[in-house]
Amino acid sequence: MDDSLRYILEDLSGPLLQGTIASLKLIACSVPFGLILGFAIAVGWVYGNRAISGLCKVYVLLVKGTPLLILLFVIYFCLPSLGLTLSPFAASVTGFIMCNAAYNSEYIRGAILSVRSGQLIAARSLGMGRFQAIISIVLPQAARRALPGCSNEIIYLIKYSSLAYILSFIELTGAGKMAATRSFRFTLVFSVVGLVYLTMVTLASLFFMWLEKKFAIPGFERSRD
Amino acid sequence: MSDAILRVRGLSKRFDSEEVLRGVSFEVHKGDAKVFIGPSGTGKSTLLRCLNRLVEPDSGQVWLGSEEITHASDIDGVRRRMGMVFQNFYLFDHLTALGNVEIGLTKVLKMPKRQAKDFAMSELARVGMDRFADKYPAELSGGQAQRVSIARSLAMNPEIMLFDEPTSALDPELTGEVLEVMRNLASGGMTMLVVSHEMEFVYSVASEVLFMEGGVIVERGTPGQIRDENASAESRDPGAPSAQNPSKSFARTRAFLRRLDG
Repeated sequence: MDDSLRYILEDLSGPLLQGTIASLKLIACSVPFGLILGFAIAVGWVYGNRAISGLCKVYVLLVKGTPLLILLFVIYFCLPSLGLTLSPFAASVTGFIMCNAAYNSEYIRGAILSVRSGQLIAARSLGMGRFQAIISIVLPQAARRALPGCSNEIIYLIKYSSLAYILSFIELTGAGKMAATRSFRFTLVFSVVGLVYLTMVTLASLFFMWLEKKFAIPGFERSRD
Repeated sequence: MSDAILRVRGLSKRFDSEEVLRGVSFEVHKGDAKVFIGPSGTGKSTLLRCLNRLVEPDSGQVWLGSEEITHASDIDGVRRRMGMVFQNFYLFDHLTALGNVEIGLTKVLKMPKRQAKDFAMSELARVGMDRFADKYPAELSGGQAQRVSIARSLAMNPEIMLFDEPTSALDPELTGEVLEVMRNLASGGMTMLVVSHEMEFVYSVASEVLFMEGGVIVERGTPGQIRDENASAESRDPGAPSAQNPSKSFARTRAFLRRLDG
Protein backbone atom coordinates (compact mmCIF):
# COMPACT_ATOMS: atom_id res chain seq x y z
CA MET A 1 0.00 0.00 0.00
CA ASP A 2 2.83 2.33 0.96
CA ASP A 3 4.55 1.45 -2.26
CA SER A 4 1.41 2.20 -4.27
CA LEU A 5 0.94 5.52 -2.50
CA ARG A 6 4.58 6.44 -3.06
CA TYR A 7 4.27 5.50 -6.74
CA ILE A 8 1.17 7.65 -7.09
CA LEU A 9 2.69 10.65 -5.35
CA GLU A 10 6.19 10.48 -6.81
CA ASP A 11 5.81 8.97 -10.28
CA LEU A 12 2.20 9.15 -11.35
CA SER A 13 0.96 12.51 -10.04
CA GLY A 14 3.19 14.61 -12.33
CA PRO A 15 2.21 13.01 -15.66
CA LEU A 16 -1.45 12.75 -14.61
CA LEU A 17 -1.51 16.41 -13.56
CA GLN A 18 -0.15 17.39 -16.97
CA GLY A 19 -2.64 15.05 -18.62
CA THR A 20 -5.47 16.58 -16.60
CA ILE A 21 -4.42 20.07 -17.61
CA ALA A 22 -4.33 18.94 -21.25
CA SER A 23 -7.80 17.42 -20.90
CA LEU A 24 -9.09 20.63 -19.32
CA LYS A 25 -7.64 22.63 -22.21
CA LEU A 26 -9.48 20.38 -24.67
CA ILE A 27 -12.72 20.77 -22.74
CA ALA A 28 -12.35 24.52 -22.18
CA CYS A 29 -11.71 25.12 -25.89
CA SER A 30 -14.59 22.90 -27.00
CA VAL A 31 -17.43 23.83 -24.63
CA PRO A 32 -17.99 27.52 -25.50
CA PHE A 33 -17.86 26.95 -29.25
CA GLY A 34 -19.99 23.82 -28.92
CA LEU A 35 -22.63 25.89 -27.16
CA ILE A 36 -22.46 28.86 -29.52
CA LEU A 37 -22.59 26.63 -32.60
CA GLY A 38 -25.36 24.58 -30.97
CA PHE A 39 -27.45 27.74 -30.46
CA ALA A 40 -26.80 28.88 -34.02
CA ILE A 41 -27.82 25.49 -35.47
CA ALA A 42 -30.96 25.32 -33.31
CA VAL A 43 -32.02 28.86 -34.26
CA GLY A 44 -31.23 28.14 -37.91
CA TRP A 45 -33.29 24.94 -37.80
CA VAL A 46 -36.33 26.54 -36.15
CA TYR A 47 -36.34 30.05 -37.60
CA GLY A 48 -34.17 29.83 -40.71
CA ASN A 49 -35.49 29.82 -44.24
CA ARG A 50 -35.81 26.52 -46.05
CA ALA A 51 -32.16 26.43 -47.15
CA ILE A 52 -30.68 27.31 -43.75
CA SER A 53 -33.07 25.04 -41.88
CA GLY A 54 -32.28 22.19 -44.28
CA LEU A 55 -28.55 22.75 -43.90
CA CYS A 56 -28.86 22.60 -40.09
CA LYS A 57 -30.90 19.38 -40.29
CA VAL A 58 -28.35 17.72 -42.57
CA TYR A 59 -25.48 18.77 -40.30
CA VAL A 60 -27.15 17.35 -37.19
CA LEU A 61 -28.16 14.12 -38.91
CA LEU A 62 -24.68 13.67 -40.32
CA VAL A 63 -22.78 14.31 -37.08
CA LYS A 64 -25.24 12.40 -34.90
CA GLY A 65 -25.04 9.47 -37.26
CA THR A 66 -21.25 9.27 -37.28
CA PRO A 67 -19.23 7.75 -34.43
CA LEU A 68 -17.08 10.45 -32.85
CA LEU A 69 -13.96 8.37 -33.39
CA ILE A 70 -14.65 8.19 -37.14
CA LEU A 71 -15.27 11.96 -37.17
CA LEU A 72 -11.89 12.50 -35.48
CA PHE A 73 -10.18 10.18 -37.98
CA VAL A 74 -11.75 12.05 -40.90
CA ILE A 75 -10.61 15.41 -39.52
CA TYR A 76 -7.10 14.25 -38.63
CA PHE A 77 -6.28 11.76 -41.36
CA CYS A 78 -8.47 12.70 -44.34
CA LEU A 79 -8.40 16.50 -44.32
CA PRO A 80 -4.64 16.68 -45.06
CA SER A 81 -5.37 15.12 -48.46
CA LEU A 82 -7.55 18.19 -49.10
CA GLY A 83 -4.70 20.45 -48.03
CA LEU A 84 -5.85 21.06 -44.45
CA THR A 85 -3.55 19.63 -41.82
CA LEU A 86 -4.49 20.07 -38.18
CA SER A 87 -2.45 19.32 -35.08
CA PRO A 88 -3.77 16.51 -32.83
CA PHE A 89 -5.06 19.15 -30.42
CA ALA A 90 -6.79 21.24 -33.10
CA ALA A 91 -8.26 18.15 -34.77
CA SER A 92 -9.58 16.87 -31.43
CA VAL A 93 -11.11 20.22 -30.49
CA THR A 94 -12.70 20.54 -33.95
CA GLY A 95 -14.25 17.08 -33.65
CA PHE A 96 -15.47 17.73 -30.12
CA ILE A 97 -17.01 21.07 -31.08
CA MET A 98 -18.78 19.52 -34.08
CA CYS A 99 -20.15 16.65 -32.02
CA ASN A 100 -21.01 18.77 -28.98
CA ALA A 101 -22.76 21.39 -31.12
CA ALA A 102 -24.91 18.79 -32.90
CA TYR A 103 -26.21 17.32 -29.65
CA ASN A 104 -26.52 20.71 -27.93
CA SER A 105 -28.55 21.99 -30.86
CA GLU A 106 -31.12 19.24 -30.27
CA TYR A 107 -31.56 20.21 -26.62
CA ILE A 108 -31.74 23.89 -27.54
CA ARG A 109 -34.15 23.27 -30.41
CA GLY A 110 -36.47 21.38 -28.09
CA ALA A 111 -36.22 24.23 -25.58
CA ILE A 112 -36.99 26.85 -28.25
CA LEU A 113 -40.04 24.90 -29.36
CA SER A 114 -41.22 24.68 -25.76
CA VAL A 115 -41.36 28.48 -25.42
CA ARG A 116 -45.01 29.40 -25.83
CA SER A 117 -45.86 31.08 -29.12
CA GLY A 118 -47.54 33.94 -27.26
CA GLN A 119 -44.15 35.11 -26.01
CA LEU A 120 -43.02 35.92 -29.53
CA ILE A 121 -46.40 37.43 -30.44
CA ALA A 122 -46.29 39.73 -27.40
CA ALA A 123 -42.73 40.79 -28.21
CA ARG A 124 -43.67 41.57 -31.82
CA SER A 125 -46.74 43.51 -30.65
CA LEU A 126 -44.42 45.80 -28.67
CA GLY A 127 -42.58 46.62 -31.87
CA MET A 128 -39.62 44.27 -31.51
CA GLY A 129 -38.22 42.93 -34.75
CA ARG A 130 -38.24 39.17 -35.22
CA PHE A 131 -34.51 38.80 -34.60
CA GLN A 132 -34.61 40.99 -31.50
CA ALA A 133 -37.63 39.12 -30.14
CA ILE A 134 -35.82 35.81 -30.59
CA ILE A 135 -32.65 37.13 -28.91
CA SER A 136 -34.33 39.03 -26.06
CA ILE A 137 -37.36 36.88 -25.30
CA VAL A 138 -37.16 33.37 -26.75
CA LEU A 139 -33.48 32.46 -26.27
CA PRO A 140 -33.19 33.51 -22.60
CA GLN A 141 -36.12 31.22 -21.83
CA ALA A 142 -34.87 28.44 -24.08
CA ALA A 143 -31.41 28.61 -22.50
CA ARG A 144 -32.88 27.90 -19.08
CA ARG A 145 -34.83 24.94 -20.39
CA ALA A 146 -31.85 23.60 -22.35
CA LEU A 147 -29.44 23.91 -19.44
CA PRO A 148 -29.94 20.41 -17.96
CA GLY A 149 -29.53 18.77 -21.38
CA CYS A 150 -26.54 20.85 -22.42
CA SER A 151 -24.81 20.36 -19.08
CA ASN A 152 -25.28 16.62 -19.54
CA GLU A 153 -23.63 16.93 -22.93
CA ILE A 154 -20.69 18.82 -21.42
CA ILE A 155 -20.28 16.02 -18.90
CA TYR A 156 -20.18 13.56 -21.81
CA LEU A 157 -17.54 15.77 -23.38
CA ILE A 158 -15.36 15.52 -20.28
CA LYS A 159 -15.42 11.76 -20.74
CA TYR A 160 -15.12 11.53 -24.51
CA SER A 161 -12.21 14.00 -24.47
CA SER A 162 -10.19 10.82 -23.81
CA LEU A 163 -10.59 10.00 -27.51
CA ALA A 164 -8.00 12.68 -28.28
CA TYR A 165 -5.43 10.13 -27.15
CA ILE A 166 -6.21 8.11 -30.31
CA LEU A 167 -4.97 11.10 -32.34
CA SER A 168 -1.76 10.99 -30.24
CA PHE A 169 -2.68 14.04 -28.17
CA ILE A 170 -1.54 13.21 -24.66
CA GLU A 171 -4.31 14.11 -22.29
CA LEU A 172 -5.35 12.37 -19.07
CA THR A 173 -6.07 8.92 -20.53
CA GLY A 174 -2.96 9.10 -22.71
CA ALA A 175 -0.79 10.14 -19.78
CA GLY A 176 -2.23 7.25 -17.74
CA LYS A 177 -1.66 4.74 -20.55
CA MET A 178 1.98 5.82 -20.92
CA ALA A 179 2.57 5.67 -17.17
CA ALA A 180 0.95 2.23 -16.95
CA THR A 181 3.01 0.92 -19.86
CA ARG A 182 6.18 2.11 -18.15
CA SER A 183 5.34 0.67 -14.72
CA PHE A 184 3.02 -2.24 -15.66
CA ARG A 185 0.72 -1.12 -12.82
CA PHE A 186 -2.35 -0.98 -15.06
CA THR A 187 -4.97 -1.54 -12.37
CA LEU A 188 -3.57 1.12 -10.09
CA VAL A 189 -2.95 3.68 -12.80
CA PHE A 190 -6.34 3.33 -14.49
CA SER A 191 -8.08 3.36 -11.10
CA VAL A 192 -6.46 6.71 -10.37
CA VAL A 193 -7.27 7.98 -13.87
CA GLY A 194 -10.89 6.87 -13.38
CA LEU A 195 -11.00 8.71 -10.06
CA VAL A 196 -9.73 11.91 -11.67
CA TYR A 197 -12.48 11.70 -14.34
CA LEU A 198 -15.03 10.99 -11.61
CA THR A 199 -13.83 14.07 -9.70
CA MET A 200 -14.04 16.27 -12.79
CA VAL A 201 -17.52 15.00 -13.64
CA THR A 202 -18.71 15.41 -10.05
CA LEU A 203 -17.39 18.97 -9.84
CA ALA A 204 -18.98 19.79 -13.20
CA SER A 205 -22.30 18.27 -12.08
CA LEU A 206 -22.24 20.32 -8.88
CA PHE A 207 -21.42 23.45 -10.88
CA PHE A 208 -24.34 22.87 -13.24
CA MET A 209 -26.71 22.19 -10.36
CA TRP A 210 -25.62 25.51 -8.85
CA LEU A 211 -26.07 27.20 -12.22
CA GLU A 212 -29.59 25.79 -12.65
CA LYS A 213 -30.46 27.02 -9.19
CA LYS A 214 -28.95 30.44 -9.83
CA PHE A 215 -30.97 30.97 -13.01
CA ALA A 216 -34.16 29.36 -11.71
CA ILE A 217 -37.27 31.53 -11.92
CA PRO A 218 -40.26 30.93 -9.66
CA GLY A 219 -42.93 28.99 -11.53
CA PHE A 220 -41.04 29.20 -14.84
CA GLU A 221 -41.75 25.59 -15.70
CA ARG A 222 -45.45 26.04 -15.09
CA SER A 223 -47.44 26.62 -18.24
CA ARG A 224 -50.03 29.34 -18.14
CA ASP A 225 -51.74 29.04 -21.49
CA MET B 1 -59.14 64.22 -44.77
CA SER B 2 -60.81 62.57 -41.79
CA ASP B 3 -59.49 63.36 -38.31
CA ALA B 4 -59.82 59.70 -37.28
CA ILE B 5 -56.91 58.08 -35.44
CA LEU B 6 -57.67 54.77 -37.09
CA ARG B 7 -59.57 54.10 -40.30
CA VAL B 8 -60.37 50.62 -41.52
CA ARG B 9 -61.78 49.96 -44.98
CA GLY B 10 -62.95 46.61 -46.34
CA LEU B 11 -60.66 44.45 -44.22
CA SER B 12 -60.86 40.78 -45.17
CA LYS B 13 -59.08 37.68 -43.98
CA ARG B 14 -59.45 34.04 -44.90
CA PHE B 15 -57.92 31.04 -43.13
CA ASP B 16 -57.94 28.17 -45.62
CA SER B 17 -61.56 27.79 -46.67
CA GLU B 18 -62.96 29.90 -43.84
CA GLU B 19 -63.59 33.58 -44.47
CA VAL B 20 -63.04 35.08 -41.02
CA LEU B 21 -63.34 38.76 -41.93
CA ARG B 22 -65.51 39.94 -44.81
CA GLY B 23 -64.85 43.57 -45.63
CA VAL B 24 -64.92 45.16 -42.18
CA SER B 25 -64.95 48.97 -42.11
CA PHE B 26 -65.03 51.48 -39.26
CA GLU B 27 -63.31 54.56 -37.91
CA VAL B 28 -61.91 55.39 -34.50
CA HIS B 29 -61.55 58.97 -33.30
CA LYS B 30 -59.37 60.26 -30.49
CA GLY B 31 -60.79 59.30 -27.11
CA ASP B 32 -63.20 56.73 -28.56
CA ALA B 33 -63.73 53.49 -26.69
CA LYS B 34 -65.23 51.15 -29.24
CA VAL B 35 -66.21 47.71 -28.07
CA PHE B 36 -66.67 44.69 -30.31
CA ILE B 37 -69.06 42.01 -29.16
CA GLY B 38 -70.37 38.91 -30.85
CA PRO B 39 -70.34 35.12 -30.75
CA SER B 40 -67.08 33.17 -30.70
CA GLY B 41 -65.39 32.67 -34.05
CA THR B 42 -66.84 35.76 -35.68
CA GLY B 43 -63.45 37.35 -36.32
CA LYS B 44 -63.19 39.87 -33.46
CA SER B 45 -59.70 38.80 -32.33
CA THR B 46 -58.54 38.33 -35.91
CA LEU B 47 -59.73 41.85 -36.66
CA LEU B 48 -57.58 43.31 -33.86
CA ARG B 49 -54.57 41.28 -34.98
CA CYS B 50 -55.06 42.41 -38.56
CA LEU B 51 -54.94 46.03 -37.44
CA ASN B 52 -51.34 45.78 -36.20
CA ARG B 53 -50.59 43.03 -38.71
CA LEU B 54 -49.80 40.30 -36.24
CA VAL B 55 -52.07 38.60 -38.77
CA GLU B 56 -51.70 39.83 -42.34
CA PRO B 57 -55.06 40.77 -43.86
CA ASP B 58 -55.82 39.47 -47.35
CA SER B 59 -57.34 42.73 -48.52
CA GLY B 60 -58.57 46.08 -47.26
CA GLN B 61 -56.78 49.10 -45.90
CA VAL B 62 -55.91 50.44 -42.46
CA TRP B 63 -54.75 53.99 -41.77
CA LEU B 64 -53.14 54.99 -38.51
CA GLY B 65 -53.49 58.76 -38.51
CA SER B 66 -52.63 59.76 -42.04
CA GLU B 67 -50.36 56.77 -42.66
CA GLU B 68 -51.64 53.80 -44.62
CA ILE B 69 -50.17 50.92 -42.63
CA THR B 70 -51.53 47.90 -44.49
CA HIS B 71 -48.41 47.81 -46.59
CA ALA B 72 -46.05 49.78 -44.34
CA SER B 73 -42.53 48.39 -44.51
CA ASP B 74 -41.74 49.50 -40.94
CA ILE B 75 -44.39 47.37 -39.29
CA ASP B 76 -42.43 47.33 -36.01
CA GLY B 77 -42.72 51.12 -35.90
CA VAL B 78 -46.47 50.84 -36.46
CA ARG B 79 -46.88 48.28 -33.67
CA ARG B 80 -45.11 50.60 -31.24
CA ARG B 81 -47.94 53.06 -31.83
CA MET B 82 -50.68 50.47 -31.16
CA GLY B 83 -50.59 48.85 -27.73
CA MET B 84 -52.08 45.38 -27.51
CA VAL B 85 -53.34 43.44 -24.51
CA PHE B 86 -54.03 39.73 -24.93
CA GLN B 87 -56.53 37.36 -23.41
CA ASN B 88 -53.72 35.19 -21.96
CA PHE B 89 -51.55 38.15 -20.88
CA TYR B 90 -48.44 36.78 -22.61
CA LEU B 91 -46.15 38.24 -19.98
CA PHE B 92 -42.53 37.32 -20.61
CA ASP B 93 -42.04 34.39 -18.26
CA HIS B 94 -38.35 35.00 -17.57
CA LEU B 95 -38.77 38.63 -16.51
CA THR B 96 -40.20 40.26 -13.41
CA ALA B 97 -43.18 42.59 -13.65
CA LEU B 98 -40.72 45.49 -13.83
CA GLY B 99 -38.63 43.69 -16.46
CA ASN B 100 -41.73 43.08 -18.55
CA VAL B 101 -42.53 46.79 -18.65
CA GLU B 102 -38.90 47.83 -18.99
CA ILE B 103 -37.89 45.65 -21.91
CA GLY B 104 -39.91 47.48 -24.55
CA LEU B 105 -38.47 50.77 -23.36
CA THR B 106 -34.85 49.62 -23.50
CA LYS B 107 -34.93 47.29 -26.49
CA VAL B 108 -37.45 49.05 -28.70
CA LEU B 109 -37.40 52.71 -27.69
CA LYS B 110 -33.68 52.53 -26.75
CA MET B 111 -34.32 54.42 -23.52
CA PRO B 112 -31.34 54.46 -21.09
CA LYS B 113 -31.63 51.71 -18.48
CA ARG B 114 -31.99 54.00 -15.46
CA GLN B 115 -34.63 56.18 -17.10
CA ALA B 116 -36.48 53.09 -18.36
CA LYS B 117 -36.60 51.66 -14.85
CA ASP B 118 -38.09 54.85 -13.38
CA PHE B 119 -40.59 55.12 -16.21
CA ALA B 120 -41.56 51.45 -15.94
CA MET B 121 -42.13 51.86 -12.21
CA SER B 122 -44.42 54.81 -12.85
CA GLU B 123 -46.40 52.78 -15.39
CA LEU B 124 -46.73 49.93 -12.89
CA ALA B 125 -47.94 52.46 -10.31
CA ARG B 126 -50.52 53.64 -12.85
CA VAL B 127 -52.13 50.20 -12.80
CA GLY B 128 -51.53 49.70 -9.07
CA MET B 129 -48.80 47.10 -9.55
CA ASP B 130 -45.69 48.92 -8.34
CA ARG B 131 -45.68 46.84 -5.14
CA PHE B 132 -45.26 43.71 -7.27
CA ALA B 133 -42.42 45.03 -9.44
CA ASP B 134 -40.01 42.25 -8.47
CA LYS B 135 -42.51 39.41 -8.86
CA TYR B 136 -42.33 36.96 -11.75
CA PRO B 137 -45.45 36.24 -13.86
CA ALA B 138 -46.02 32.87 -12.18
CA GLU B 139 -46.16 34.62 -8.80
CA LEU B 140 -48.98 36.94 -9.88
CA SER B 141 -52.71 36.30 -9.96
CA GLY B 142 -54.39 36.48 -13.37
CA GLY B 143 -55.74 39.95 -12.65
CA GLN B 144 -52.35 41.21 -11.52
CA ALA B 145 -50.64 39.68 -14.57
CA GLN B 146 -53.14 41.35 -16.88
CA ARG B 147 -52.57 44.72 -15.18
CA VAL B 148 -48.83 44.31 -15.75
CA SER B 149 -49.46 43.50 -19.39
CA ILE B 150 -51.55 46.68 -19.68
CA ALA B 151 -48.69 48.66 -18.08
CA ARG B 152 -46.27 47.04 -20.54
CA SER B 153 -48.32 48.31 -23.48
CA LEU B 154 -48.99 51.73 -21.95
CA ALA B 155 -45.28 52.28 -21.36
CA MET B 156 -44.77 52.41 -25.12
CA ASN B 157 -47.04 55.49 -25.15
CA PRO B 158 -49.35 54.15 -27.87
CA GLU B 159 -51.83 56.24 -29.81
CA ILE B 160 -54.46 53.53 -29.45
CA MET B 161 -54.85 50.47 -27.22
CA LEU B 162 -56.24 47.18 -28.51
CA PHE B 163 -57.73 44.91 -25.86
CA ASP B 164 -58.44 41.35 -26.98
CA GLU B 165 -60.84 39.85 -24.41
CA PRO B 166 -58.64 41.03 -21.53
CA THR B 167 -60.79 39.45 -18.83
CA SER B 168 -62.05 36.26 -20.44
CA ALA B 169 -59.23 34.12 -18.99
CA LEU B 170 -59.83 35.46 -15.49
CA ASP B 171 -61.94 34.16 -12.64
CA PRO B 172 -64.98 36.42 -12.11
CA GLU B 173 -63.56 37.84 -8.87
CA LEU B 174 -60.42 39.00 -10.69
CA THR B 175 -62.05 40.75 -13.64
CA GLY B 176 -63.00 43.81 -11.59
CA GLU B 177 -59.45 45.01 -11.01
CA VAL B 178 -58.63 44.82 -14.74
CA LEU B 179 -61.85 46.53 -15.80
CA GLU B 180 -61.18 49.26 -13.25
CA VAL B 181 -57.81 49.97 -14.87
CA MET B 182 -59.44 50.05 -18.30
CA ARG B 183 -62.22 52.32 -17.01
CA ASN B 184 -59.58 54.75 -15.70
CA LEU B 185 -57.80 54.68 -19.03
CA ALA B 186 -61.01 55.42 -20.91
CA SER B 187 -61.92 58.27 -18.59
CA GLY B 188 -58.39 59.62 -19.04
CA GLY B 189 -59.05 59.92 -22.77
CA MET B 190 -57.17 56.84 -24.01
CA THR B 191 -58.40 55.71 -27.41
CA MET B 192 -59.38 52.07 -27.12
CA LEU B 193 -60.63 49.20 -29.23
CA VAL B 194 -61.90 46.43 -27.01
CA VAL B 195 -63.21 42.94 -27.57
CA SER B 196 -65.18 42.12 -24.46
CA HIS B 197 -68.39 40.57 -23.24
CA GLU B 198 -68.32 42.30 -19.85
CA MET B 199 -71.54 44.15 -20.59
CA GLU B 200 -71.55 46.21 -17.42
CA PHE B 201 -68.14 47.53 -18.44
CA VAL B 202 -69.28 47.94 -22.04
CA TYR B 203 -72.31 50.00 -21.03
CA SER B 204 -70.29 52.23 -18.72
CA VAL B 205 -67.29 52.84 -20.97
CA ALA B 206 -68.07 52.22 -24.64
CA SER B 207 -68.58 55.16 -26.95
CA GLU B 208 -69.91 52.69 -29.48
CA VAL B 209 -70.72 48.99 -29.49
CA LEU B 210 -70.14 47.03 -32.69
CA PHE B 211 -71.81 43.64 -32.97
CA MET B 212 -69.94 41.23 -35.24
CA GLU B 213 -71.28 38.06 -36.75
CA GLY B 214 -69.92 35.96 -39.59
CA GLY B 215 -66.95 38.24 -40.13
CA VAL B 216 -68.91 41.47 -40.57
CA ILE B 217 -70.22 44.23 -38.34
CA VAL B 218 -73.95 43.60 -38.45
CA GLU B 219 -75.17 46.16 -35.92
CA ARG B 220 -73.62 49.13 -34.20
CA GLY B 221 -74.73 51.86 -31.86
CA THR B 222 -74.20 53.49 -28.49
CA PRO B 223 -74.76 51.52 -25.29
CA GLY B 224 -77.81 53.69 -24.65
CA GLN B 225 -79.32 52.73 -27.99
CA ILE B 226 -78.76 49.04 -27.38
CA ARG B 227 -80.38 49.19 -23.96
CA ASP B 228 -83.28 51.29 -25.19
CA GLU B 229 -85.74 48.75 -26.61
CA ASN B 230 -87.31 51.37 -28.87
CA ALA B 231 -84.08 52.63 -30.37
CA SER B 232 -82.78 51.48 -33.73
CA ALA B 233 -79.19 51.05 -34.79
CA GLU B 234 -77.52 53.74 -36.80
CA SER B 235 -75.24 53.30 -39.74
CA ARG B 236 -72.32 55.65 -39.32
CA ASP B 237 -70.65 54.30 -42.33
CA PRO B 238 -72.86 54.81 -45.37
CA GLY B 239 -69.95 54.62 -47.78
CA ALA B 240 -68.96 51.13 -46.74
CA PRO B 241 -69.60 48.08 -48.95
CA SER B 242 -73.13 46.74 -48.69
CA ALA B 243 -72.02 43.78 -46.58
CA GLN B 244 -70.77 46.33 -44.09
CA ASN B 245 -73.86 48.48 -43.78
CA PRO B 246 -75.11 47.53 -40.36
CA SER B 247 -78.72 46.68 -39.74
CA LYS B 248 -81.10 49.38 -38.59
CA SER B 249 -82.31 47.38 -35.61
CA PHE B 250 -80.56 45.81 -32.64
CA ALA B 251 -82.45 42.53 -32.87
CA ARG B 252 -79.38 40.36 -33.28
CA THR B 253 -77.32 42.22 -30.69
CA ARG B 254 -80.11 41.86 -28.16
CA ALA B 255 -80.63 38.20 -29.02
CA PHE B 256 -76.91 37.63 -28.48
CA LEU B 257 -76.96 39.50 -25.16
CA ARG B 258 -79.91 37.42 -24.00
CA ARG B 259 -77.93 34.24 -24.82
CA LEU B 260 -74.99 35.73 -22.93
CA ASP B 261 -77.14 36.35 -19.86
CA GLY B 262 -78.74 32.94 -20.08
